[in-house]
Amino acid sequence: MATTESTANDDFVRGLWRENPVFVQVLGMCPALAVSNTAQNALAMGLATTFVLLMSGLFVSLLRGFIPREVRIVCYICIIATFVTAVDYLIMAISLELHRQLGAFIALIVVNCLILGRAEAFASQHGPKRALADAAGMGAGFTAALLFVGAVRELLGAGSLFGFAVLPDGFQTWSVMVLPSGGFFAMAMWLAIVEWVKRRQAGFTAAEASA
Amino acid sequence: MYRAVVGIATVCALVIVGVYRSTEGRIRDNRERYLKDAIAQVLPDAARTVPVSVSPAGRLESAAVPAPLPGFLAYDAGGALAGAVVTAEGMGYQDNIRILYAYSLARDAIVGLKVLDSKETPGLGDRIETDPRFTANFAALDAGLDAAGTALANSIVTVKQGEKTQPWQIDGITGATISSNAIGEILNASAGAWVPALERDAMNVSIDGGG
Repeated sequence: MATTESTANDDFVRGLWRENPVFVQVLGMCPALAVSNTAQNALAMGLATTFVLLMSGLFVSLLRGFIPREVRIVCYICIIATFVTAVDYLIMAISLELHRQLGAFIALIVVNCLILGRAEAFASQHGPKRALADAAGMGAGFTAALLFVGAVRELLGAGSLFGFAVLPDGFQTWSVMVLPSGGFFAMAMWLAIVEWVKRRQAGFTAAEASA
Repeated sequence: MYRAVVGIATVCALVIVGVYRSTEGRIRDNRERYLKDAIAQVLPDAARTVPVSVSPAGRLESAAVPAPLPGFLAYDAGGALAGAVVTAEGMGYQDNIRILYAYSLARDAIVGLKVLDSKETPGLGDRIETDPRFTANFAALDAGLDAAGTALANSIVTVKQGEKTQPWQIDGITGATISSNAIGEILNASAGAWVPALERDAMNVSIDGGG
């Protein structure tokens, strides 16, 4: 019993840092770059993707004995597309303005390789509890990564955070940061930082091991 | 295998239909509120609106059934005709652009424009919404009729940025030529159909309907 609990926790934490979908696995780059122009859009996109990850992971895990190997990809895509459609309607019901902001990228969640990747690599081979933990971890890691990129882009590109003006009026905004190129700059910056931190961590571990 | 695929598809279909049915009420309310807010933005004086449509013969008449591209007569708080608010749609760069514009009968001009829905390129085509120099075009865009009263005296047309000389021209956006041209074409086509009918019949339409 205790082993299962800690394994589920491990599944969750893994998606946050060690196998972060954006900064480590480098999956789902398209929405990460395109919809992170403001922190609010980044948060909404991250939550929508997390919802699809959770629901599709749950269904794939529950039905894993029922789906034959030959048609598994077809079935996964069918399930993922269903929940992307569902989240599309849910966002429209919550706020039309938010739906407009996210635009075509809600429908594009279905091609986010992260979701199909986790369904194939994990959810199809583990029980629902672990599949949900993994999906929650990947979704949280994805959302956090998007928030980091989005916060930098909004701060530098508009001087605000979640719509609240943070930097003084005199600050000359870097318009490029809200354009697609700004997404690449911010993403590259974070990738470099994450890689540097990981190497330092690896360096510490190696030092401890040899000590 | 077929049983599995058909089974999965059936479950997915039920999920989609379930979500659709449970959200359609809220989405409809959201759409109505969105349109009301948009009308308030393009014609601040409007207190009450009456849905109208243009018949094939070119006459204005009350619209009992909501049209796909609704138009409204707007009355101010005192009950006087404030103007007309019309939705129009046309092909932009990426996809259809849907707009709402206010026409003032007193001034023979379009006095407000709001883009309701567009999928134009962020940072480029979407400047039709965000560029203050472009939106300033629609504070008083001439839409006067010719002597016969059946068509616009001068076609509404988008010109190159900086080359606007006439009140019926729209100063375009360099780098967003197709999107800004599309706005001109949409307005020209819609105003050409609506303005003659409005000028002739707006005073005669019964104001008992609407709200």
